[in-house]
Amino acid sequence: MLQGINLECIRGDRKLFSKVNFTLESGGLMQVQGPNGSGKTSLLRMLCGLSNPAAGEILWNGTSIRTRDNDYFAMLTYIGHLSGTKDDLTVIENLQISSALAGFEVDIEEARDALERIGMSGRDQLPVKVLSQGQRRRVALARLLVCKTTLWILDEPLVALDVAAVKLIQGFLEQHLQQGGMVIMTTHQEIDIQAKSIMQLQLA
Amino acid sequence: MWIIRRDLLLAMRRRSDVLTILFFFIIVVSLFPLSVGPEMNMLRTMAPGVVWVAALLASMLSLGRMFSNDYIDGTLEQMLVSPQSLSLLVLGKALAHWLVTGLPLVMMAPVLGIQYDLPLDALAVLTVTLLLGTPVLSLIGAIGAALTLGLRGGGVLVSLLVLPLYIPVLIFGAGAVEANMAGVAFDAHLSLIGAFLMVALVFAPWAAASSLRVSLE
Repeated sequence: MLQGINLECIRGDRKLFSKVNFTLESGGLMQVQGPNGSGKTSLLRMLCGLSNPAAGEILWNGTSIRTRDNDYFAMLTYIGHLSGTKDDLTVIENLQISSALAGFEVDIEEARDALERIGMSGRDQLPVKVLSQGQRRRVALARLLVCKTTLWILDEPLVALDVAAVKLIQGFLEQHLQQGGMVIMTTHQEIDIQAKSIMQLQLA
Repeated sequence: MWIIRRDLLLAMRRRSDVLTILFFFIIVVSLFPLSVGPEMNMLRTMAPGVVWVAALLASMLSLGRMFSNDYIDGTLEQMLVSPQSLSLLVLGKALAHWLVTGLPLVMMAPVLGIQYDLPLDALAVLTVTLLLGTPVLSLIGAIGAALTLGLRGGGVLVSLLVLPLYIPVLIFGAGAVEANMAGVAFDAHLSLIGAFLMVALVFAPWAAASSLRVSLE
């Protein structure tokens, strides 16, 4: 269970948001909405521990994530605006290394399987620098399939993806939620996901 | 320790980056005998200092790339979110940095020392001091690189931050070789560089990790 209590974000001398409260239970999807510059990315980075909230507390199963002494970071996959892939490494090397970083060692077979499921089969030996934006995104998202984490925090995961890929990702999200996972995401696109609890968090 | 493997793999894919640092070191060291002239005694006395200063500059030159590439493509962000200890990751990256930039310098130094007519045992001492000292440069450099991450003009700033911290290593590194040539015991110098290395191994990854967290906030 992930809880945000009275979160506040200040950038420079501008208050982006304050008094943000939410509780995300297992199987729940939270969609963070708001116009450009309303602090969606800032909120997600806060939830990943990349920055500290100006006020308030983020609790994972009742303990604060600030001290990093619970299993929160082992349970978390964050995919942000930047793909987190190295241009000079091949698709499969990237996937293996990024999942090892998250604490999940995967062998070639598993990695290849995940790439196939995300529609990147036959391209696993290409260096990432020759891929298109959409393909890079797919490589980044393939990490969701190999890392067995509970909480997915996704910042605009559907950007640059084609219609087929968007459908594919929505399917993965649905499956993850059915298995008791949690998803926090921002997107400007309409999404069509069936889950037992869908929350909208509106940032002013 | 797969992070070391990753960084070495990346270095292999971009060999030119590694070679430019090594050639920079070779050229700087070679400029001095060419400009000062073939005065053997003078060359011998300045050799340790010149080689050490060149090693300092070469190591500093490559610091910019230690974290900035990872910062730009988002892999650094992933390191901060990962459940692994960030200090250990930084230690791994600093070791990889040393293997790629420091170790080639150490191996090249005896060859370059010949240009300065250094006696054999002085060459050996020079190599040993560099072997002990260059990892310290990578470790201290990691702090500077982490602090200046994402800043405009970070390259100049990192030299201002890091070069003063390199001074003790420089003094004792060059001092050991000079002591050896003067026929004095030099093991105290080596012990001190070894002590710097131990302190840097313990504190530098931790300090650099904290700086990274601040830089990425």
